[in-house]
Amino acid sequence: MSNTTAPEKKEKKRSAIWSELLVPVLAVVSGLILGAIVIVVSGENPFRAYGALFTGSFGSPVRLIDGLQIYSATGETRQLLRAFYPLTESLVTATPYIFAGLSVALGFRCGLFNIGAEGQFFIGALSAAFVGYSIQGLPMIIHLPLAILGGALGGALWGMIPGYLKARFGAHEVVNTIMMNWIAFRLSDWLLDGPMKGPGFRPVTPTIFETAELPRFFPDPLRFNLGFFLALLAAYLVYWFLFKTTLGFEIRSVGANPDAAKYAGMNIVRNFVLVMVLAGGLAGLAGSAQVLGVDYWVGQGFSAGYGFDAIAIALLGKSHPLGVVLAALLFGFLRSGATNMQSMASIPIDIISIIQGMVIVFIAAPEIIRWFYRIRAVKKDETVLTRGWGS
Amino acid sequence: MTNVLELRGITKRFPGVLANDKVDISLREGKILALLGENGAGKSTLMNILYGLYKPDEGKIFVRGREVEIEGPNDAISQGIGMVHQHFMLVPVMTVTENVMLGIEPVRGGVFLDREKVAKRIKEISDQYGLEVDPHAYIKDLPVGIQQRVEIIKVLYRAADILILDEPTAVLTPQEVEGLFKIIETLIKGGKSIIFITHKLKEVLAIADDITVLRLGTVVGSIKPQDATSEILATMMVGRDVSLVVQKGPAKPAEPVLVVENLYVRNERQHLTVQGVSFNVRKGEILGVAGVQGNGQTELVYALTGLLPLESGSIHLLDEPIHRATPRDILERGVAHIPEDRQRHGLILTFPIHDNLMLCTYYKDPFAKGISLQPVSIFKNAEELVEQYDVRTPSIYLNAGTLSGGNQQKVIVAREFSRPIELLIASQPTRGLDVGSIEYIHKQIIKKRDEGAGVLLVSSELDEILALSDRIAVMYKGRIMDILDADKTSKEQLGLLMAGVHPAESSRK
Repeated sequence: MSNTTAPEKKEKKRSAIWSELLVPVLAVVSGLILGAIVIVVSGENPFRAYGALFTGSFGSPVRLIDGLQIYSATGETRQLLRAFYPLTESLVTATPYIFAGLSVALGFRCGLFNIGAEGQFFIGALSAAFVGYSIQGLPMIIHLPLAILGGALGGALWGMIPGYLKARFGAHEVVNTIMMNWIAFRLSDWLLDGPMKGPGFRPVTPTIFETAELPRFFPDPLRFNLGFFLALLAAYLVYWFLFKTTLGFEIRSVGANPDAAKYAGMNIVRNFVLVMVLAGGLAGLAGSAQVLGVDYWVGQGFSAGYGFDAIAIALLGKSHPLGVVLAALLFGFLRSGATNMQSMASIPIDIISIIQGMVIVFIAAPEIIRWFYRIRAVKKDETVLTRGWGS
Repeated sequence: MTNVLELRGITKRFPGVLANDKVDISLREGKILALLGENGAGKSTLMNILYGLYKPDEGKIFVRGREVEIEGPNDAISQGIGMVHQHFMLVPVMTVTENVMLGIEPVRGGVFLDREKVAKRIKEISDQYGLEVDPHAYIKDLPVGIQQRVEIIKVLYRAADILILDEPTAVLTPQEVEGLFKIIETLIKGGKSIIFITHKLKEVLAIADDITVLRLGTVVGSIKPQDATSEILATMMVGRDVSLVVQKGPAKPAEPVLVVENLYVRNERQHLTVQGVSFNVRKGEILGVAGVQGNGQTELVYALTGLLPLESGSIHLLDEPIHRATPRDILERGVAHIPEDRQRHGLILTFPIHDNLMLCTYYKDPFAKGISLQPVSIFKNAEELVEQYDVRTPSIYLNAGTLSGGNQQKVIVAREFSRPIELLIASQPTRGLDVGSIEYIHKQIIKKRDEGAGVLLVSSELDEILALSDRIAVMYKGRIMDILDADKTSKEQLGLLMAGVHPAESSRK
């Protein structure tokens, strides 16, 4: 008999969230500690390195106070804005991570491994750029949504192909999404040096029109723009879709137990296609956000591995939209702080990859963390809480 | 008479559960100890402790009077303890010999497997204990009864003299059970001692020398078979009086709901496992499908519920063909399905109970408006069903995986019975359940029959088939051997049909 009261449920939920967060947080802490050891071994000072990492990702408190003083004394905002530059830059870096992380997470929820976010990102960026530079004279209220949508559609198409191949022929999505990545890379090489090549000799697209730009909130050099909030909105929508709709219920059922989903009358292959289209669309939005909000044009090597980091982000975020946002922020801060760490403390940027790698290992094998920190494993689904009948 | 094995004060705790609480059991040399208990009573935990898979929190184990520490299966084997698991641990594509030597392969010349040596030893063992088996046969070609012999040989090959048989009769025909009991007798004559784990009362009374009953992790009592009856044992197991006889009135069959004609079905591996089956199920009756597991019953049910396509033949539900219907079409026409494998098909264990209670109707009012799920209705539905079907859980928000087997099955029954149904397809509805749950589920099935639904009951438990069915179809190798009136048949007759022998033919011989 069920006798859970509402506050009890809330309490349970809270402790459940805590235990969900515990391992990822400890994984990040352990990654940083191991990173520090690597820095020491390579003969540098980890405090200096992490200090630079911190000021590079959040900004320097000294500069912030200076900026505030100058502002209150003279009304001059330039110093103040500069103090905020690292923080906003981290959020800018996190934006495509959020979108792409959601893409991979959505796939995971349906039992699909979307390794193709990188290619979908690329195609999305190219499509968004194309809409951005090829159409002139539209007002922003039409042009910008059109460009964003163009990017989403490009990515969605790139996701749909492996989704359809899986549904129709049972071809494994891991193989197909990897193939689609290579097709996207080579296709973009050709496009950038051919049909989509802009003026000048470099293989890059033309710059998009201002009407297709995601509005920025501060004057240069701050690049913080609307894309970040769109990413948060996307995370909320994915959350709503997955957990509050029948379609999301189907997707999660197919991911959790395809046999039971089939038994319950769900169309498994249709869900595969749907999820790959949506995942592709989200990765495409990551590309849109990057091109329309930050770069304004697309060149070779534009993506820099966002789609692959997205896999790590989805894992770290446990495929939950909120977790993805938090993980993407972490990656954004690490990536953006690393540049400063390199220039200020001459620690190679690669140390960040080591830290990220360690975090992923700990997430993938949580037993290491549990063993190291002596956390008792809570095997939720194995604990038998009820007994036979006659009790 | 000495005790070859004694467990004293064994206690094992899992988070939130006391699986074994100061359990004492003793096995006399050359005797059969039956360990009886419902699912979740702690039998498996206890045996896993004995076999070194779990470490007890408290308590001592004595083998032949000496205290021993069992850290793993290898320790258990070196103490002469061998276990025959309920689910066989055999590699189907390997021969009997290869399976027996797996893990302790003897080698010749440093690198070459010495199969012949093992085969010779297997022959000796089979001769000694009457365990006939061809050492060179492939496991996949052997019937379940013979596979079980291979498991026993494996244990004997490792020189075990204390054998633990975990639910050994669950997968056997009545005749195979007889065969197993003969083997057990020879084993005892050969000086072995046996722990026989089961929840079947009649078997216990038939072969045990001592009976120990477990309930909720504690020993309720020990009794000699001559002092016990099925009723006494059931009461000890469950802790209250249970009725072992299913109460049901005569069936009032009306027009057919399900008509199956000349049905052929291929399984997932493309084998033709249902070969020309015809029958019908009428409103208000229970048609039982008896047969040893793996004779096409599974695929028959899959075809009826849309999980497998038909090869040929026809299925009509309420006079409408459902040849190409999807599982949802079939479900929406009033078919309820209690699937054979509740964890594979019936539930999503990582989903909360409330979601499992609307797994088939999530897209309909009141659970959804448009595409938006309605949590209030979902929770209300779950609270009501949990109450009505007596699902034992502290909360509907817990995952289905936290429930015991019986309560998982009740979730499925509650869900399937909560919508209007014309036909109930129940496949192994009480497999692995305790006496109390079985009693409950049987009552529910009969209630559905009396409300006018047609019921197709597929079960490999002959007692269940006999207790519930109005008519009985026996399946063997994809065909229906015969369809009999339940009150004009006997267990022996059904047993022969299940083994592919037509009684008329055998009497003629």
